[in-house]
Amino acid sequence: MAHFGENKNFSNPVVNWIDNRLPIFTMLIKEYGVFPMPRNVNYMWSFGGIAMTMLGIMILTGIMMAMNYTPHTTLAFDSVERTMRDVNFGWLLRYIHMNGASFFFIAVYIHIARGLFYGSYKKPRELLWMFGVVILLLMMATAFMGYALPWSQMSGWGVTVITSMFSAIPLVGDGLVTWLWGGFSVDNPTLNRFYALHFLLPFVILGVVFIHVWALHVTGSNNPTGVEPKTPADTVPFAPYVSTKDSVALVFFLTIFLGVVFFYPLALTEVDHFRKFDPMQTPAHIVPEWYFLPFYAILRAFTMDITIPFTTVVLLPAKLQGVLAMFGSIILLVFLPWLDRNPVKSGRFRPVFKWCIWLLFVDFFVLMYSGAKPPEGLPLIMGQLGTLYYFVLFLVILPVLSFKEKNLPVPASISADPGCCKKH
Amino acid sequence: MKKTLSMLAVAAVISAATPAFASEAEVPPHQKWPHQGVFGTYDKAALQRGFQVYKEVCAACHSMKLLSYRDLTQLGYTPEQVKTVAAEYQIPDGPNDEGEMFERPGRPADRFHSPFPNDKAARAANGGALPPDMSLLSKAREHGDDYIYSILTGYEEKPAGFDLMPGLNYNKYFAGHQIAMAKPLNEGQVTYTDGTANTLEQQARDVTQFLAWASEPHMEQRKGMGLKVMIFMLAFCGIMVAAKRKLWADIH
Amino acid sequence: MDSTKDGANRREFLYLTAGAMAAVGAGTSVWPLVDSMNPAADTLAMASTEVDISKIEAGQTIMAVWRGKPVFIHRRPMNEVTEIRTEDWKTLRDPQSDEDRVQKGHDEWLVLVGVCTHLGCIPMGSKMGQPKGDFGGWFCPCHGSHYDKSGRIRKGPAPKNLAVPAYTFVTDTLLRIG
Repeated sequence: MAHFGENKNFSNPVVNWIDNRLPIFTMLIKEYGVFPMPRNVNYMWSFGGIAMTMLGIMILTGIMMAMNYTPHTTLAFDSVERTMRDVNFGWLLRYIHMNGASFFFIAVYIHIARGLFYGSYKKPRELLWMFGVVILLLMMATAFMGYALPWSQMSGWGVTVITSMFSAIPLVGDGLVTWLWGGFSVDNPTLNRFYALHFLLPFVILGVVFIHVWALHVTGSNNPTGVEPKTPADTVPFAPYVSTKDSVALVFFLTIFLGVVFFYPLALTEVDHFRKFDPMQTPAHIVPEWYFLPFYAILRAFTMDITIPFTTVVLLPAKLQGVLAMFGSIILLVFLPWLDRNPVKSGRFRPVFKWCIWLLFVDFFVLMYSGAKPPEGLPLIMGQLGTLYYFVLFLVILPVLSFKEKNLPVPASISADPGCCKKH
Repeated sequence: MKKTLSMLAVAAVISAATPAFASEAEVPPHQKWPHQGVFGTYDKAALQRGFQVYKEVCAACHSMKLLSYRDLTQLGYTPEQVKTVAAEYQIPDGPNDEGEMFERPGRPADRFHSPFPNDKAARAANGGALPPDMSLLSKAREHGDDYIYSILTGYEEKPAGFDLMPGLNYNKYFAGHQIAMAKPLNEGQVTYTDGTANTLEQQARDVTQFLAWASEPHMEQRKGMGLKVMIFMLAFCGIMVAAKRKLWADIH
Repeated sequence: MDSTKDGANRREFLYLTAGAMAAVGAGTSVWPLVDSMNPAADTLAMASTEVDISKIEAGQTIMAVWRGKPVFIHRRPMNEVTEIRTEDWKTLRDPQSDEDRVQKGHDEWLVLVGVCTHLGCIPMGSKMGQPKGDFGGWFCPCHGSHYDKSGRIRKGPAPKNLAVPAYTFVTDTLLRIG
């Protein structure tokens, strides 16, 4: 990021003094001032910054809530309720934190969708993309552990179901689950370690976000044409142009977010999240938070054991298939830059790819619906078809389209694109 | 190895005789509540009547462990009235200087008195069924307020041919229709101090609103603040759009 | 020349050995950290539970708690036991005969860990009014696994039968689990 030894001269002597010893102002101007951004980026490019803001909001409200939280099976639920009832603005902290997780995921999912559609994962941004997948995985782990902390019915059974997935691993599975739990059931040791990790992981995310942004500032941002900037006519300085545009998107996003926080704070949660965890009784209908539903549907889509033909010897039990598919559905994103090798980045100039990606976005919601319903009948079939399309798209269609697709002509430069630079 | 003889457990009874999972419960019909919607606020008179219903009827079996007597000032009671209410209960405290546990009259800072010392005692006194704590009941049930109201008013004669387990009661809106709680509210059960007609529906409505307040005591503060925040944010949105348009106008 | 080469060899050997020792040292010091997350001594001490079964009638199930998990203790009517033993068990997903799942001489007593082998939910069917699944035993609400009257998996995603814990009859009316 910062290039040492190229310090600017600042008129303010204090700034100058500091900058000569630690060129932080030089760095800020270079990376967030004059930093060249493609002039045609649309509002979809604002969601990275929005996601970062959400991370900040989550860390701040989280720390304030941690000051009032007690990680013990008998006290956790009541300590959260005390925050809601007795702590000054405690209800606000909790509703922001609770719904903030959802809006963090909304921002990140839009951010990922934009990256998919415009081919932002392609050369030279492969590593940038891969760190993004790491952030997604860390976010999922953090959200899952945070959901455990109020020690409600949804918390306890969510933890039980998700950690039990590891028992699908042959030989070491059961031992691994006992190790994760720190006992023979989900109990106090489990809650304590989840609290410790839920506190730690956001700062790990912060670190990886730093690397993600660092990598971004090496390659610069992609843009709707997928053509890299060639001349200064293709770019505008980040500040004030793109920073102001990002702020518009951020303020609108926060307005919707706060509308939910203040008026529909329970819209995205489940009633069983307000009942204390009872390890002797599973609620009749447990579902994960909405942002996990598509992956939950993939987990449940596998209902048949794979056996050695004409025998009953099970090669791959249904449970293991589901667990592998669920983790695989995210891990395969790491390899996306090599699965899609079409030289054209933007979906705008790829007539087949464009529709396949739109169908993926629809598929995401189909899987989400399936994941929210009991695994039987039509929702199960929808989940299975949705899972099939997800894997076929990434493992078959994209590799084939890499070579077979007839791309549309790509503009010579950003400013030569007729879609660029029209009056807003 | 150290052996713990923990005769925990039990509680669960039977099976064989019961038919498969009885038909699904009816969806509670939607009621109009004053605290609904963006501008909805609690009806304090109804909350006070609802508290009276809770105190005289529900509190015999249901705890509200997350509430304190001091919270009642939010219903419009004066601190003096709250003191009087709290003092009606004997609260376990101690140990005293002799090391003994003792009971003393309640104070406003005390949590609501629980009818049973623990869940086991509650089950034992209620034929194995645990009366749920009601502090969060509205938020912890599908259809919330509508469900609570419907359960309270949904007791009926069992239809002919319905196989009702002994000790249970028929309720239209309860999953499986067999509820351990006997019909809690009847016409004219509570004599309201404010002279409101004590029909079954009125009592059910009042206590439902009281429970809604209990599960979300900061709702009015939340909505009031939310309104100001929304006005601020919408203005902020407008300013941002104007600033951005002005800025980008130069480079197009 | 020779001595230099010799010196270079020795240097490389020392570097390699030092590196190997650093790796071994780092590796072994990780183990206490990892093992600290395994069940602690007080958790391990909760190993056994004794349950009075004198009041359970035929057809009833009670739930005991063992190591924080529910254990179903189900007293089956003898005609049900005879019936289930006529069924062919060799083609089941997790083939096991009913005789292997109970103790000889106590054939009416079925003792099961009440945890679904799929993802750890507690199957329904022990309490009055709960669904018992297509095979009259237990039904897991989370992902739809059906267990039969011997607690064997018959339908749904669970890979294994409901586990049978280690247990002994201390007397005819006292059961020790674990």
